[in-house]
Amino acid sequence: MSLSNIFDIAGSAMSAQTIRLNTTASNMANAESVSSSAGETYRARKPVFELKALDELQPGAVPLGMQAGQGVNVAGIVESDMPLRQEYSPGHPMADENGYVYYPNVNVVEEMADMISASRSFQVNAEIMNTAKQMMQRVLTLGQ
Amino acid sequence: MAISFDNALGIHEQAVNVRVRRAELLANNIANSDTPNYKARDLDFQSILQGAQSGKSLPMTVTHQEHNSSIVNPDFAAELMYRIPNQPSVDGNTVNLQEEMARYTENAIDYQASFTFLDKKFKGLMGAIKGE
Repeated sequence: MSLSNIFDIAGSAMSAQTIRLNTTASNMANAESVSSSAGETYRARKPVFELKALDELQPGAVPLGMQAGQGVNVAGIVESDMPLRQEYSPGHPMADENGYVYYPNVNVVEEMADMISASRSFQVNAEIMNTAKQMMQRVLTLGQ
Repeated sequence: MAISFDNALGIHEQAVNVRVRRAELLANNIANSDTPNYKARDLDFQSILQGAQSGKSLPMTVTHQEHNSSIVNPDFAAELMYRIPNQPSVDGNTVNLQEEMARYTENAIDYQASFTFLDKKFKGLMGAIKGE
């Protein structure tokens, strides 16, 4: 029954959005983690989503061109290439020999927007799952 | 006298199948609403229904003798369509979450309708068997 596929699809999306929310939380928590060198400084992390690869074509299954896809997959988590924030504060305990401290390239406003987007997407997919559940429950009442 | 379920149930069985398939497609669109370069897809319900009613699947051209045309499910013989975006996003994604959600809900209601018809058919058969 392909209704159960919806659970897989919505489940994959919910798990992907959870990962996105996790990276947002990590970015927000480390938004002010200063460092004395550019290499050690925390960089904003972003998940990369991709369409989940289709399963091998099975005999009797829907042909490849007709397959809907299996949900969403997190291809990986990349660190942002945005320039780090460099601040001149010689009095800072983490300052390097030139008096600079390095702040992560986390954009807090962007992260907040990302967080809301992730949470909304999660909600929508939970709703999809709920509707699919109702549809399946209806099947069980056939002929009663 | 044998009962032919195909004749007794009519188009509703296939309609339920198509609704389930469409629900899967729309769920996939919504799941990929944040995936870069994902293109939203959908079934053309009208053409599938016409194909199912006329009882013949859409013809498929075989270009190689090893190509297998028997795996084509006639219920779903129409091609999946790509949606024409009215406001595509910068990352190449064409999913409009609100529209997809509306379609998904509409499809769920249509599923219930088709299912109710199917249910009534079975109840009718039961009534005939019991002689009520």
